[in-house]
Amino acid sequence: MPDGDKKLDAKARYSAGVLEYKKMGYWEPDYLPKDTDVIALFRITPQDGVDPIEAAAAVAGESSTATWTVVWTDRLTACEKYRAKAYRVDPTPNNPNEYFAYIAYELDLFEPGSIANLTASIIGNVFGFKPLKALRLEDMRLPVAYVKTFQGPATGIVVERERLNCYGRPLLGATVKPKLGLSGRNYGRVVYEALKGGLDFTKDDENINSQPFMHWRDRFLYCMEAVNRASAATGEIKGTYLNVTAGTMEEMYKRAEFAKELGSVIIMIDLVIGYTAIQSMAKWARDNDMILHLHRAGHGTYTRQKTHGVSFRVIAKWMRLAGVDHIHAGTVVGKLEGDPATTKGYYDICREEQNSVSLETGVFFDQDWASLNKVMPVASGGIHAGQMHQLIHYLGEDVVLQFGGGTIGHPQGIAAGATANRVALEAMVYARNSGRDYLAEGPTILAEAAKTCTPLREALDIWKDVTFDYASTDAPDFVPTTSVS
Amino acid sequence: MRVTQGTFSFLPDFTDQQIHEQVQYCIDNGWAVSIEYTDDPHPRNTYWEMWGHPMFDNPDAAAVVYELNECRKVYGSYYIRIIAFDSSPGWESIRLSFIVNRPADEPGFKLSRTEVKGRNIQYSITPYSSDKPQGSRYK
Repeated sequence: MPDGDKKLDAKARYSAGVLEYKKMGYWEPDYLPKDTDVIALFRITPQDGVDPIEAAAAVAGESSTATWTVVWTDRLTACEKYRAKAYRVDPTPNNPNEYFAYIAYELDLFEPGSIANLTASIIGNVFGFKPLKALRLEDMRLPVAYVKTFQGPATGIVVERERLNCYGRPLLGATVKPKLGLSGRNYGRVVYEALKGGLDFTKDDENINSQPFMHWRDRFLYCMEAVNRASAATGEIKGTYLNVTAGTMEEMYKRAEFAKELGSVIIMIDLVIGYTAIQSMAKWARDNDMILHLHRAGHGTYTRQKTHGVSFRVIAKWMRLAGVDHIHAGTVVGKLEGDPATTKGYYDICREEQNSVSLETGVFFDQDWASLNKVMPVASGGIHAGQMHQLIHYLGEDVVLQFGGGTIGHPQGIAAGATANRVALEAMVYARNSGRDYLAEGPTILAEAAKTCTPLREALDIWKDVTFDYASTDAPDFVPTTSVS
Repeated sequence: MRVTQGTFSFLPDFTDQQIHEQVQYCIDNGWAVSIEYTDDPHPRNTYWEMWGHPMFDNPDAAAVVYELNECRKVYGSYYIRIIAFDSSPGWESIRLSFIVNRPADEPGFKLSRTEVKGRNIQYSITPYSSDKPQGSRYK
């Protein structure tokens, strides 16, 4: 280590004035993170001329105990313990101006069971820090000791399936469209047709709350009429995500209580309500046997660009801790951002008992979820029945596939659209279980199933050429290469 | 109507060969396969009657198909389903469940509405067949 990067003795360290962060003790290249440390991985882009190590140390400092100048009051505390420690800075593979900075945080820096407290440190002041051009939180390792202070998903994948009596295949959903403007009575019509036709769920969109064209009680009442009618028509348990997002907690609890009173199996919230509100609703959902769906409204503002913000894999981790049961996590093949490898990383974070380091899917740490329930990922946005083989291949079985336009836009009507999706799904799962190469033979399998299902035939005909093939803005930095031995 | 519970109810009814394939898939995954029957298809009737225990340690789907046909001899006019249980840590529940036998006539479900205060309606779903006592519902 160059002399300039070394820590100073106590007298020099605490003389009044301004010191480089790396000299204040926020850079410890020999530090071995403890099993109980929270670890954060940042992608840092220092301003021109700023040493990356000093930048990493500054991030560690500003996200833990430091301020811009030396303060003698540090010496009244066990400051060595509370300082976050940047312990590793690596160049990124593809951009000489960006670096990966690994920073370890002592567990006692965080309040148990509070995403708000965790994030106030990790993504607080530090994101506006001038010596950095940009900063992105790429991943976090959450120690078991900390994971265990969170409730986790209110219901979890296994109990959700038990409660819905639905096994062995992805669940099917659709978001009611148009997302704004329908009256309660007309809205319920869409719900009824889609559920009767074969879907398990319908969904309010993120911005359907209580507006002049449809107030929330009306929506809830008509939707539950539709859910119960569809259940009687099929013998299946059906649900509709009643969005309880509102301006205050009191109003959200009120709406959630009404949904419960009406017998709904599921309610929904938006990410924009904030971490504390999400944790409160998760606790309410656990107390009331309710599945809790989270729409990630707003995340694109900070997850999408690779240099600045917070990766969605981190948001997924926080939401698993916070306790939601469903989270939108990408489709790979649909209309919204989603590189296949990066999306697989998100799905693994939602569904695995333990994550292993997997740089090719953007997962930088081993993560033990300590028996926290699993989150059901939701794939929504520009997907249709003709992609069923790809959807199952990329997303697996424990996922909600949501076909909004792909249900409601069917030429023979909403129920036919739902039936087309359900038949395509069951045919593909059947083929997979029977040992067929369903990814390669997907179109053939769908064509075979369509022989006894006219709605599927029509869906395949109308949407056969629809694909969304654009370059991803958030692909992994590391690509596996074949090793030569 | 057609009760569409289970993984494959939207496909044409399976032949024994198709059932065999799906059961073998379950067995190959290490899951214990079980046969259950009922004459109460209410969507929240969780506990169908068990045709014996789940077949732990059975390597051959043919044994399940044999037992299914034995069950059909007695309960051929009932709903019969095949269920696969996975005892792996973190799951310990059902992995696949599909109907393999159903009554010739499925009369469906009655939806009852009780109007209560605030325009709220309390719903109740009853299979038409369950008006009759258990055992005499589907003949």
